[in-house]
Amino acid sequence: MTRHISLILIGALFGGGLALSGMLNPSKVAGFLDLFGIWDPSLAFVMGGGVVANSIGHRLVMSRAGPVFTAGNEGFRLPTANAIDSRLIIGSALFGIGWGLGGLCPGPAISSLLLVPGDALLFALMMLAGLAVGRMLTSGPAARPAAQP
Amino acid sequence: MVIDLQNFTPYASLIGGVMIGLAALLLMLTHGRVMGVSGILGGLVMPAGKGDMAWRVMFVIGMLAGPFAVIHLLGRPVEIVPAASGMLLPVAGFIVGIGTAVGSGCTSGHGICGLARLSPRSTVAVATFMATGLATVYLVRHVL
Repeated sequence: MTRHISLILIGALFGGGLALSGMLNPSKVAGFLDLFGIWDPSLAFVMGGGVVANSIGHRLVMSRAGPVFTAGNEGFRLPTANAIDSRLIIGSALFGIGWGLGGLCPGPAISSLLLVPGDALLFALMMLAGLAVGRMLTSGPAARPAAQP
Repeated sequence: MVIDLQNFTPYASLIGGVMIGLAALLLMLTHGRVMGVSGILGGLVMPAGKGDMAWRVMFVIGMLAGPFAVIHLLGRPVEIVPAASGMLLPVAGFIVGIGTAVGSGCTSGHGICGLARLSPRSTVAVATFMATGLATVYLVRHVL
């Protein structure tokens, strides 16, 4: 129960951060990606703040034997893949195109669902379909590192 | 390059970014999981096992609720103006889904988490999706 409540609170901290930062606003995202037009640099502050906050604490977290709530021998599940291959490049390139077209990446697509149901729902449903298709296309161990036992 | 000072929100974006980074940190600390949304959602659409679903569902419930807490605290709605309309939106959604599945991550997993770990793989991923994102917006807004 404590585990579940903590997950909801962490998810809410994430969703709240997305809302406060401006990431839920597709036109603001497009304004950030419009480097050669009238550029809104705000979202660089989101990435900067997020990466710095996470990296400062990351070393402290990694000095622990394991996660607080995980039972048994499950340790920290860090990605094991380290290949910089065509899959990484092609997938990330496609993601950037979709992000530029729609102004939404996966987190904001979910967190804005209950705020603007129509548009966000259509985007999110197609995104989930794309995730399923992408996983079927690349169903190897590296495709889902977090799912390995 | 012209800076858009009217829409520039450095403080709100910085604080929001720190909240996102703290959430990633807390998810790793408490559950040992990377806060990558495409990976979390991918495990819901293609389940890996019975015990692997609940934490993802709980996290998504929190993600849906979080914005309402911020709206309540701010006392005003969060601005949301679509960047695309019509068929472009579902097409963009599908490309985002397939791209993040094939590339094993998105802005949260490769960006917030991968860059914080100084992962070379994530650094290449972020540079790639930033480049194609910039190019796409350039084409849409200034060429087409």
